[in-house]
Amino acid sequence: MSDALLEVKDLKTYFFVEDKIIKSVDGVNFTIKNGETVAIVGESGSGKSITSLSIMGLVPKPNGKIVEGSIKFSGDELVGLPEKKMNKIRGNDIAMIFQEPMTSLNPVFTIGNQITEALLHHQNLKKSEAKKRAVELLKLVGFARAEQIIHEYPHQLSGGMRQRVMIAMAMSCDPKLLIADEPTTALDVTIQAQILELMRDVKKKFNSSILLITHDLGVVAEMADRVLVMYGGQVVEETSVDEIFEKPKHPYTSGLLASIPKIEEERKRLEQIPGTVPSADNFPRGCRFAPRCSKVMPRCTDAPPDLLKVEPDHKVRCYLYELS
Amino acid sequence: MYTYILRRLFLFIPVLFGVTVFVFLVMNIIPGDIASIILGTEATPELKEQLRQEFGLNLPLYQQYWNWISGVFVGDFGNSLRTGAPILPEMLNRFSLTFELTIFAAIISWMIAIPMGILAAVKRNTKGDIGIRFVSLLGVSIPNFALATLLILILSLFFNYYPPVGYVGFLEDPRRNLEILLIPAIVLGTSMAGSLMRMTRSSILEILGQDFIRTAQAKGISQKMVLFKHALRNAIIPVLTIIGMQIGYLLGGTIIVEQIFSLPGLGQMVLTGINQRDFPVVQGTILFIATIFVTVNLIVDILYSYLDPRISYD
Repeated sequence: MSDALLEVKDLKTYFFVEDKIIKSVDGVNFTIKNGETVAIVGESGSGKSITSLSIMGLVPKPNGKIVEGSIKFSGDELVGLPEKKMNKIRGNDIAMIFQEPMTSLNPVFTIGNQITEALLHHQNLKKSEAKKRAVELLKLVGFARAEQIIHEYPHQLSGGMRQRVMIAMAMSCDPKLLIADEPTTALDVTIQAQILELMRDVKKKFNSSILLITHDLGVVAEMADRVLVMYGGQVVEETSVDEIFEKPKHPYTSGLLASIPKIEEERKRLEQIPGTVPSADNFPRGCRFAPRCSKVMPRCTDAPPDLLKVEPDHKVRCYLYELS
Repeated sequence: MYTYILRRLFLFIPVLFGVTVFVFLVMNIIPGDIASIILGTEATPELKEQLRQEFGLNLPLYQQYWNWISGVFVGDFGNSLRTGAPILPEMLNRFSLTFELTIFAAIISWMIAIPMGILAAVKRNTKGDIGIRFVSLLGVSIPNFALATLLILILSLFFNYYPPVGYVGFLEDPRRNLEILLIPAIVLGTSMAGSLMRMTRSSILEILGQDFIRTAQAKGISQKMVLFKHALRNAIIPVLTIIGMQIGYLLGGTIIVEQIFSLPGLGQMVLTGINQRDFPVVQGTILFIATIFVTVNLIVDILYSYLDPRISYD
């Protein structure tokens, strides 16, 4: 796979809190190709955000730690990279936007100051050049009065506008990979569509790859090429976006899809997956989804299943497909 | 902004009026009579009456108040009943000492508290942090007079230091002046540093957990820039509140420390005035201190709006 931009292999990120070990990410493998959009889907606590922070090298210290595995970016190993070298990659080759646009910008610095910061740091631009570039970027993300916006402060902008600023900031150094952690979750529905549209636009213009973290399958359908479904710190299913909606294999994926309201159906009670995500310091011995699974078999509670390739482009972690 | 400052200055009037009325009433209620204090054992009722007449103490209260306050409006704080000297020049003279001592102490306290507070926050829950917190707790809990006495004791035992006799102004002999003020400033500075350090630590810690810090880290800028640019600018705002209050208090005179080091500051003047029931001195100095206090508060409020663009007074 020469065109792989990011290769995550057997990533394990644990948190050590008092005497407990919380296995937030427990053996995750995936690859992102150049220009590809990969979505990680899962409930809160499934480990999807920690996976993205692991790639950025921003796992909350001092409790969290990548204990095993490798993250290769353009062939270079990121795990264990010294902070200084990591800082050359962060914000430059890999950029990230976050869930909470309302609090993700520093309230005491102007928009211009915050956008030019990465430019000045990574690209050795002069102040005037960086400022010019910031105005361009703001125009690109849809600000008509960009020249004024750079002098304004975050509190003068709405949530949607702030997320646009975050995108402008993330794209400032032309990153090869954009990690978007629930970029639309905190926004109004109408603004959500605009922001997704903008991300697709930006991706095309900059020819970058996107790792999209979300729990919203609607967003996945809009944006993604490939989908990873995460549950309990592991990938339980991985396939193309078409496959996931047409032929979901893992009972958890089916459950997630069934819990989306469908407009053409008559109104009835929404499907739901019973129970909650097990806490990451105390997983069941067998399949981590077994306690909530509608198709649970005796062997599911005995030993954990592996992620198996059941079709050329479809992997699933479930005993139901072991023989097929 | 200018309308805001004007409005605030206008609000000084009711505050300061309240202060003058309160002090005036208190001075009249507390027992003790300047005439008997001045005349001492030789006091006869006739002599006392004569002195009271002279000071205008037999007039109705509102008239006494009016006589005093109408003078204040034109910059005449009256004369000390005790020494007969005009109050305003003496007050300003003493204030220059208190002011210098306050600034000196504040700089010492910032130089200790802010770096230590940041260090404790960054190294939270390590031995260093626990050590810094312990020291700051000592700073908060050891009273000024104890620390002052202890310092004098230790310094005189081991370093041949003795508390200076006689004060020399900065303009007369800067070196000697700083020598005299150094130890009192250290005493005041370290006791201010305790609470300031704790505030800095908790404020930085709170800011470091904010989303925008993660955004800054995600940009790839150095940890130093994240700390000193993004975190500090936000964290300094609550710290400024404490600094403002501390400076306000100190400018109002540091009675105990001035007493211990026999410095002729504003606090000493208030204390002597109260002991001698010297009405005009007490009223004048308290009014002066109150004015300084509200002015410092105003300056802090103005600084807020420069540090935090979300705070706007327009």
